Amino acid sequence: MSALDLLRTGSPQECRPVPRMLLTRPQWGALAEALVADTGPELMALWADPASVYLLLREGATLHLVSCPAPDGRYPALSPARPGAVRFERMIRDLWGHVAEGAVDLRPWLDHGRWPVAAPLAAKPEANGAAVPQPEFLTVEGEGVHQIPVGPVHAGIIEPGHFRFHVQGETVVRLEQRLGYVHKGHIGLMLGKPAQVAATLIARLSGDSTVAHGWAFAQAVEQALEVSPSPRATALRAVMAELERLHNHLNDWGFVCNDAAFAWPHAQCGALREGVLRTCAAAFGHRLMMDRVVPGGVAADLAPEGTAAILAALDAVEAAMPGLLAVYEGHASLQDRVVGTGRVAPELAARFAAGGHVGRAAGRGFDARAALPYPPYDALPPEVPVLAEGDVDARVRIRIAEIGESLRLLRALLADLPEGAVQVPLPRRGGEGIGVVEGFRGDCLHWVALDEAGLVRAAFPRDPSWLQWPLLEAAIEGNIVADFPLCNKSFNCSYSGVDL
Amino acid sequence: MMQALQRMLWPKLARQLLGRPVTDPAPAVSAEVVAQLAARLEEGAQARLGRSLAIRQVDAGSCNACELEINALGNIVYDLERFGLRFVASPRHADVLLVTGPLTRNMKEALLRTRECTPEPCWVVAVGGCAVDGGLFKDSYGVEGGVSAALPVDLVIPGCPPTPTQLLEGLLALLEAQAPPRRDGAA
Ligand code: SF4
Repeated sequence: MSALDLLRTGSPQECRPVPRMLLTRPQWGALAEALVADTGPELMALWADPASVYLLLREGATLHLVSCPAPDGRYPALSPARPGAVRFERMIRDLWGHVAEGAVDLRPWLDHGRWPVAAPLAAKPEANGAAVPQPEFLTVEGEGVHQIPVGPVHAGIIEPGHFRFHVQGETVVRLEQRLGYVHKGHIGLMLGKPAQVAATLIARLSGDSTVAHGWAFAQAVEQALEVSPSPRATALRAVMAELERLHNHLNDWGFVCNDAAFAWPHAQCGALREGVLRTCAAAFGHRLMMDRVVPGGVAADLAPEGTAAILAALDAVEAAMPGLLAVYEGHASLQDRVVGTGRVAPELAARFAAGGHVGRAAGRGFDARAALPYPPYDALPPEVPVLAEGDVDARVRIRIAEIGESLRLLRALLADLPEGAVQVPLPRRGGEGIGVVEGFRGDCLHWVALDEAGLVRAAFPRDPSWLQWPLLEAAIEGNIVADFPLCNKSFNCSYSGVDL
Repeated sequence: MMQALQRMLWPKLARQLLGRPVTDPAPAVSAEVVAQLAARLEEGAQARLGRSLAIRQVDAGSCNACELEINALGNIVYDLERFGLRFVASPRHADVLLVTGPLTRNMKEALLRTRECTPEPCWVVAVGGCAVDGGLFKDSYGVEGGVSAALPVDLVIPGCPPTPTQLLEGLLALLEAQAPPRRDGAA
């Protein structure tokens, strides 16, 4: 039986837009085994609540959600079938205490031994009185191999994380990441809160993607409660999401050039981005548009002068693009740094189901706006650029293409903004839903279960970085240590988004 | 020929040298904040650092939006360096620790170690609602609840995230507070 046939043998539970198939443990075990041979379905996310584990798969335009009770705190592992499951399994054990049997790696992930409790989201968390353990890193054997530990506090203004390099001469033999430093306890804080309050926490899951995560969470809540936001709210969400994509892509392009010691594009991109952020403040009242997407719609309508301000900012970006691109392409010293550096093999991007520019620069043409279309993109599909090279340059070029596409989408959206209210009230009742929105970094995926009073019973926010971070470890292999900042920036994964 | 010219940086740089500056004028600084900081300086009998400050940023659990705005300070519109303010890569070169985030339990030791590496005198600035008191995250098992849970804080810059202008106002107040008292008695 194929994996999808197997999961259809479960008993369907109410969840929207797709039902959740409840599996018994033997059925889940059979599914985990079937997925080893059946490489079709992609693992999008794996998470838990105190009683069960949940798995979200995708094949084509369809999501498949399954769950399995774990009354004794055990469940059959998926990591032997899908490498992307490894970090999720480690995270599940740290937060809920459920152990993946047969897992590839069971070392702690988010739990550094510094919390007052162990398994803080379990039904009955236990006090943690143990001494803080030393982290264990994978080893490397060979002559002249030595280690370079970097972080958690980095030299630049970036998020904290630890990188353990094994190098031979100048060449990186292995990089291992150790994250979890910015674990704030997002999920625990969301539990028992009304959806609107949980949304403010989600807006701060990864600040650079506040719109995309806010929107995906709002979608999940709206699916759960069977409400639809107004066409105007939907269009305004897309305007904000495209502005967010634009300012982040400009930022990343500039920073990649800067990390290759080429300051001019960085200065130009920085100024253009500042123009976009000021426009966001003028149009929506906040430079990053935090808390502007709310379950049920958007917090406030576009300011009266907003459309004109946005269009002017778009014109400024468009006017600067040819010159910027000519300089990016025309300077051998810059091209020498980015072309061929930090290659991700397409097979690997596919196996990990890596989204965003990381996937699309390495042949995986998935963009949630096109592959799992949601309004308003169902009527306004984006062109999805795809490259096969998988190097730093390809990741930059995907961003450049998407900047152009965002300009087009924004103009189309603003030319045709529907009239009407911007919020619909949320009924007070229970439900379960999934939301997926394409952020600048990739697909932001949210699952939420609300109880009868409309409060969050369980939730999982999955940042796209979950499936991109592991590929950075592969991308740097065989490169020189000095190219790591460049590779890292070309990925620009979120720390906060995955540290939860 | 045209194409070769287009690819060159020199014409673009020349155009920008001749064009209108894109940099904003400096924001006003709150006299009250300066006075408070100067008093703190006297109290601690700290040596004055002169008219320039080296800043080391530490993310102690931020959502990364505070970092976006701190990074924006370096763009040509705010141009932090014209004030003698610059970011440095090592705490050993820093006069100021600019700390964001609710101080997660997993970052506490790293923050304390960073502070140990920073020479005296050192200002600690808490940036963003999270760093002030833990913000939205203050009740979580995962956080200490603000920077002051681990270190004495000299200046807070609230906001979620504070805008670059708000950040600049705070940092300029630090610079002002360090200026040697004027001899002519003018304030
Ligand atoms: S203060 Fe706001 S923007 Fe800054 S880290 Fe906290 S949540 Fe993010």
